[in-house]
Amino acid sequence: MSAPVAKPADLVTVNIDGKEIAVPKGTNVIEAARLVNVDVPHYCYHPKLSVVGNCRMCLIEMGMPAVDPATKAPIIDPATGKQKINWIPRPQIGCGTNVSPGLHVKTTSPMVKDAREGVMEFLLINHPLDCPICDQAGECKLQEQSTGYGRGYSRFIEQKNVKPKRTQLGPRVVLDDERCILCSRCIRFSKEVAKDDVLGFIDRGSYSTLTCYPGKELKNNYSLNTVDICPVGALTSTDFRFKMRVWFLKQTNSIDTETSVGANTVVWSREGVIYRITPRRNDAVNDTWMADSGRVLYKQVQAADRLTAVQINGNDSALDIAVNTAAELFKAAPGAVAVVGSGRSSVEEQFLTKQLAAALKAAVVLVSRVGEGDGLLVSADRNPNVRGALVTGLISALPSSQPTGLAADIDAGKVRVVVAINEDLAAAGLTAAQLTKVSVVYLGTHKNATSDAAKVVIPTLTVFEKSGAFVNQQFRLQKFLKAIPAVAGATDDLVVLARLVAAAGGATVAGDLAGVWKSLAAAVPALGAVTFANLPETGLLLDAAPFAALPFAEGATLHFKPTAKA
Amino acid sequence: MPAPEQRRIIFQHIDEPGYSNDLACYVKHGGYEVLKQALTRQPQELIDEVKKSGLRGRGGAGFPCGVKWGLVDRKSGKPIYLIVNADESEPGTFKDRYIIHQDPHQLIEGTMISCFANNVQQAYIYIRGEFPHGARILETALAEARAAGFVGQNICGTNYSCDIFVHRGAGAYICGEETGLIESLEGKRANPRIKPPYFPAVLGLYQCPTIVNNVETLCHVKYIAEHGGEAFAKIGTPNNTGTRVFCVSGHVQRPGYYEFPAGTITLGQLLNEVCGGPLPGRTFKAVIPGGSSAKILRFGERFKGKRKVGADLVDYDWGVEDVPMDFDSLGMIGTMGGSGGVIVMDDSVNMVEALANINAFYSHESCGQCTPCREGSLWMKKITTRMVHGQARAEDAALLKGVADQIPGRTICAFGEACSWPTQSFIAKFGDEFKQYPETKKTKAADSRVLV
Repeated sequence: MSAPVAKPADLVTVNIDGKEIAVPKGTNVIEAARLVNVDVPHYCYHPKLSVVGNCRMCLIEMGMPAVDPATKAPIIDPATGKQKINWIPRPQIGCGTNVSPGLHVKTTSPMVKDAREGVMEFLLINHPLDCPICDQAGECKLQEQSTGYGRGYSRFIEQKNVKPKRTQLGPRVVLDDERCILCSRCIRFSKEVAKDDVLGFIDRGSYSTLTCYPGKELKNNYSLNTVDICPVGALTSTDFRFKMRVWFLKQTNSIDTETSVGANTVVWSREGVIYRITPRRNDAVNDTWMADSGRVLYKQVQAADRLTAVQINGNDSALDIAVNTAAELFKAAPGAVAVVGSGRSSVEEQFLTKQLAAALKAAVVLVSRVGEGDGLLVSADRNPNVRGALVTGLISALPSSQPTGLAADIDAGKVRVVVAINEDLAAAGLTAAQLTKVSVVYLGTHKNATSDAAKVVIPTLTVFEKSGAFVNQQFRLQKFLKAIPAVAGATDDLVVLARLVAAAGGATVAGDLAGVWKSLAAAVPALGAVTFANLPETGLLLDAAPFAALPFAEGATLHFKPTAKA
Repeated sequence: MPAPEQRRIIFQHIDEPGYSNDLACYVKHGGYEVLKQALTRQPQELIDEVKKSGLRGRGGAGFPCGVKWGLVDRKSGKPIYLIVNADESEPGTFKDRYIIHQDPHQLIEGTMISCFANNVQQAYIYIRGEFPHGARILETALAEARAAGFVGQNICGTNYSCDIFVHRGAGAYICGEETGLIESLEGKRANPRIKPPYFPAVLGLYQCPTIVNNVETLCHVKYIAEHGGEAFAKIGTPNNTGTRVFCVSGHVQRPGYYEFPAGTITLGQLLNEVCGGPLPGRTFKAVIPGGSSAKILRFGERFKGKRKVGADLVDYDWGVEDVPMDFDSLGMIGTMGGSGGVIVMDDSVNMVEALANINAFYSHESCGQCTPCREGSLWMKKITTRMVHGQARAEDAALLKGVADQIPGRTICAFGEACSWPTQSFIAKFGDEFKQYPETKKTKAADSRVLV
């Protein structure tokens, strides 16, 4: 856990396996040990949930420096010349013990080893040990910790408990109760984070069984987080189970594009195919959570309506011809071109969109996309990067949901060519009649009414096939990386935009990430010191002050409070 | 040495002919006079009397009651709750049941005095689910007391108000553990809480300071309020003051409940003289002196060591019969006074089968929250059940010990000790019998009833 920066007075010095470390008050022993690279194995403890101390895996030996009860003077051990440590004769839980000054911890003593071996043996006696067919294999804490801390053999010859298998807890989560080690993480998550108290234990003792309350379902939009935090294979994702062994998957850092929260994610792929998306911890943005709705976005990569061929007037063509056609259209309508940019484009793309608009002397319209926020990780603004457009100067006011100005200009004949960048103009409110009045140059990923009506269609990439950065609602600049190669027929947005800038008669601009960042840093003072390579994994908070007066759509969400509107 | 006379303080009227559990009878015998008198005193004075008395909790742990009251956080500004632990579930213990059934007003009076002493405005009697009759009696008694102004608003015409509610458990041993009880009272599963931070004296019921006392303990408080802490401390032996109710069950001639000044009677006197000795033709084999979770004692073993008498250390060399029945002496010989439930087994008992029975109970009652107790208790039960009803192996004794050793001291609550001490002590004391059990079984028919 990246603890908040503490004043020296709030620091407590503790000794873990002989290593001294100063940690903030209120840190528990597991987190303190992590800071000195000491692993304290645990199952039920989760840094973002309440502490229940029920798995007993984090039992460790603790002691406090001895003082004379009467004088409070330290008692010195004559053998070492150091203050004597009064070791507590029974092991204590690391998760439930917060540091106190002088606390001494042993994580490798015989007592600790024995306690861990005991707990591991107990956890495994009624566990089905069906790792060969279990989806959790490879990322299972039970596997890892029995290898690391278990005894290596079993003394259990009795019948194992029998419990329900394959319980469908909700539309996206399947439960195998025999694998469950009753850590209660999922119960606490549902209650404390998702605020949807539907899970609980029934029965007692070793027969305790996780289940949904009668008549309830685990169907909230955060249900898959229970799968992520399940330390074993008890909760599995209906979408992912039986699809792929996790050790075959490549992990790529990415950003959830469904809203302006910008939840940090990991995209898991193999050989160009994405299998799942999971949250990536960022304590300033999404903690360790993400919404279920963001996890299925990878399906758009191979969707049936994906655009995979450059088209001119509906006929397959090539990029060079398409760019030339666009250039002719631009030339034929000087001063009558409009650019529809997107709050879903990356910062880099928005910067090139701005160059394009400048070269065309065209007005830029963005389409807003506002829904209802859930107060957690789905914000009201469903565009991931409206603030990127503000930072790059593509727009100076917030977009409206209806491009009424553009519609009027089309009707008045003032606009004859529209460059639409991944925005469906029909969905945004233009009528079919209006679309027929203009020549549309469409850059986008999926087929829609606008691509159907467009004169020029240039397929571009989804967020999973390219790298870039978004600015989230906190004005945090966060990067996403290319997880898989582009589908055949689609071209990187930056390449297309750079070529269109040239076609519009603008100056030559770089069409690669590093090149764009060079010009971005030069053109946008707020990004002066940034390069894509040095952008931290957890993002970079930009100055929001210049935009404080704008009436943003977002309400409060996790780690975000909207500034009071005037 | 002949056994001392019983001294009935708590059980003064239990089984007394003509004594009924209604208010009129209680008042006729001087009831609620102590409460009236206590209400005229300073609360702190009453707390000091309890501290002076040296009263130790009668629920099992023997924690000093005055110290418990002293730990209560009185500066938090939050209300202080008092809970009467009437979840008497320890096998072999049946003292609180008689108080509730036959003398409920004694408990109510003791509770009200304790509430007044601790500035409590709301008390609960948490009674185990298996005591429906007791719950009805308490409800009736409370209604009577409320009508007579001994409970509720402006008690006995004073400014002090405090109400008592009866809450019935749903049938779980773990609800006797104070933090499990509090969870249950709050309407949740009775999963005991981790301590720290949830010490009831600071963060108890509804996260408020809470006192949880046993039924018998609160009855003793009434006696202390009446006669003073010093008078109470004179009963029994130093550090084991007052009387203790022993519930003797099993293979003796006269099982039942007997109240003696703590530490004045030995286990041998209790069993041989008071309870009439073993059944005809039998001999004592083993005894569990403080409820089924206490460690078992084997007749014939000897305990040697030094103990404090006054300021001196004196040697002791006791057989099981010589052990004085008090918290400290029983603690010294490796078991405990616990709840006072004395379970006697004679030579007709096979220890493997006895342990199988105890293990069946504890595995059924483990709440299932923390791993060692949840898995260990059921594993031990599966082993002993298999030994009795299936295949017994000579190595099972070592396995049982190995499993039991992995439990105590590593769990959230004391249930870990409660469920593992029987196995540990049975194996330690009767290990030979466990090793021989595969042979024994060849000639001995197992009990036809299969254990739960």
